[in-house]
Amino acid sequence: MAAIKVHGSPLSTNTLRVLAAVYEKELDHEFVLVDKSAGEHKKEHFLSTHNPFGQVPAFEDGDLKLFESRAITRYIACEYADKGTQLIYQDSKKMAITSVWMEVEGQQYEQIAAKLAWELVYKPLLLGMSADKAIVEENEPKLAKVLDIYESRLAQSKYLGGDCFTLADLHHLPTLHYLFGTQVKKLFDSRPHVSAWIADITARPAWLKALAALQSQQ
Amino acid sequence: MATPVKVYGPPMSTAVSRVLACLYEKNVEFELISINMSKGEHKKPEFLKLQPFGQVPAFEDESISIFESRAICRYICDKYADKGNKGLYGTNPLAKASIDQWIEAEGQSFNPPSSTLVFQLAFAPRMNIKQDKVVIRQNEEKLSKVLDIYEKRLGEARFLAGDEFSLADLSHLPNTQYLVSGTDKGNLFTSRENVGRWWDEISSRDSWKKVVDLQKGA
Repeated sequence: MAAIKVHGSPLSTNTLRVLAAVYEKELDHEFVLVDKSAGEHKKEHFLSTHNPFGQVPAFEDGDLKLFESRAITRYIACEYADKGTQLIYQDSKKMAITSVWMEVEGQQYEQIAAKLAWELVYKPLLLGMSADKAIVEENEPKLAKVLDIYESRLAQSKYLGGDCFTLADLHHLPTLHYLFGTQVKKLFDSRPHVSAWIADITARPAWLKALAALQSQQ
Repeated sequence: MATPVKVYGPPMSTAVSRVLACLYEKNVEFELISINMSKGEHKKPEFLKLQPFGQVPAFEDESISIFESRAICRYICDKYADKGNKGLYGTNPLAKASIDQWIEAEGQSFNPPSSTLVFQLAFAPRMNIKQDKVVIRQNEEKLSKVLDIYEKRLGEARFLAGDEFSLADLSHLPNTQYLVSGTDKGNLFTSRENVGRWWDEISSRDSWKKVVDLQKGA
């Protein structure tokens, strides 16, 4: 039985974020399905054992238990530094830059991207409801402004953190994947450096394995 | 001797004060360079070179220039590991993982509703911007739910990540200071026994008192 367990749900971008890191690091692991449709994530056992916020994913490595996908990926990247892909820099200056763009993803990009993904992907898929046009119209230009900054950054640097693929890039993959199936795709396609970066990171074998693994759980 | 560490931004900014608290905890000398936001200094080309999103803080140390307050704090803890509060970001990987988990909880769950309330209740009046009562009510509800989770957690542990004050607790200081001391929503914290106890303890630290003094003097 694997010491590493990922508790998660299909269609969960946060679960995908952790799986992407697990596959990049080539870690033996067990996936434990959390049945959100049955409200499993809000039940007392899940709240007290895995994640008091009642969200997925949750993570175990032996006795260690963690929640928050971006804390889990950091742990994986550090603890298993010698396995699979290097996802962080050992050099503290380079790591500082990567850390900046990890925060940009979590604080600038994700807040807007998640709202658009909710309106354009999840509401129709899960609730059979159509997108709130006002919310989409408010957030598309916001995302465009953020992507302008990404365009400048990626004109100077192959990946967000520097020369190498790191968590700063990986963290974007899940929401990108869902937004690519919507009208928002044009915002990415129209920016050449952003577009090239996306083509590169979404072609990574580990990412494709993580996607396939989660989709097989549906 | 020139102080190599520079922080750009007004001390009244919550994100700037997060960095200042960390610098005081680590006993790292710094120069605070004021940015006049009411005059739009943060949107000017010279500043955008330091922080492309046109936000404060920006940070320079020797040859490095970074932004995003939580990335800056992690960098300070890494670079100056042997100074000041050595345990601020944990002294072993498991402690660090727990601290990262609660820094992410702050950034993803606590910050959105609390910073919205800080803006609506503390800043909007000063800026002659009309308050949005619906937004206030919605975010008060969201924050209450988060603080219920914190109440439970702080009944199990003295600080969020465990027995010691850490970067995770520190990250919460700026928004909470405004809400408790500058608005009528302080009872969200003080009416919850464990959260109230925790707030008293973390806000009494010398490092935070120094930040509050700076804010008052500015």
